[in-house]
Amino acid sequence: MSSRRPRSWQSSSASRITDEQINDLVSKLQAVLPEARIRRSDRVSAAKVLQETCNYIRSLHREVDDLSERLSELLASTESSSAQAAVIRSLLM
Amino acid sequence: MESKSYTTGSRDNANRNLEGSKTLMASHFLRALFRIQQTSTTRSSFAGRRRRIRRAAYASMAYSAGTRRAWSRALLRKLRSRARLRFPRRLSRAARPQRGDTDQAQVLRKLVPGGPGMDYCKLLEETADYIRCLTTQVRLMQTVMDSISS
Repeated sequence: MSSRRPRSWQSSSASRITDEQINDLVSKLQAVLPEARIRRSDRVSAAKVLQETCNYIRSLHREVDDLSERLSELLASTESSSAQAAVIRSLLM
Repeated sequence: MESKSYTTGSRDNANRNLEGSKTLMASHFLRALFRIQQTSTTRSSFAGRRRRIRRAAYASMAYSAGTRRAWSRALLRKLRSRARLRFPRRLSRAARPQRGDTDQAQVLRKLVPGGPGMDYCKLLEETADYIRCLTTQVRLMQTVMDSISS
């Protein structure tokens, strides 16, 4: 696992945060990434986890944009009450 | 017919909180969605409706997490100030170099609401929660889409 340490914090004596804590947080982050991006069982560098995290968040933002657009089209073409009933029904199932 | 509700799938006790916030997210988003549909006229633009839906998506995320997380507090502030919801945005505050900080962390800070104000550890923590919430919201929107179009 990469342990590249920026010079900036090596001199900080006030910090109580351990490498172990950081590694723990990084692996927790790895755990919320989809398996397709990083296998949870793999030991990956923190840098890789961060990179995949950024990519994943960007793709999620794009999905929100895309779904907003498609929902906008759907709402325009659908009669109100039937849409409401269908949605509520499916979410309660 | 597959009846997979987007709320199923969480098993252990630690996820009780998540279940509650998922319900909150759904009800908020649905109400906003139908309000948008009812107040949209034939004159209102497609782009305007799409913007409102997108805004409703981030609003329901923020309200479901409430004030418990730094990212949701930052999102709520943005929503209330009626500011444009943009990711990434230019760093408004220079972040102090932190332990374990890398260029990649700086990139991440631009993608997570409230990121620029967080130290490295906080950023990692908040990001994990933000992703969980984002994926839930995306699944919610997909479910809504599927049920309206079927």
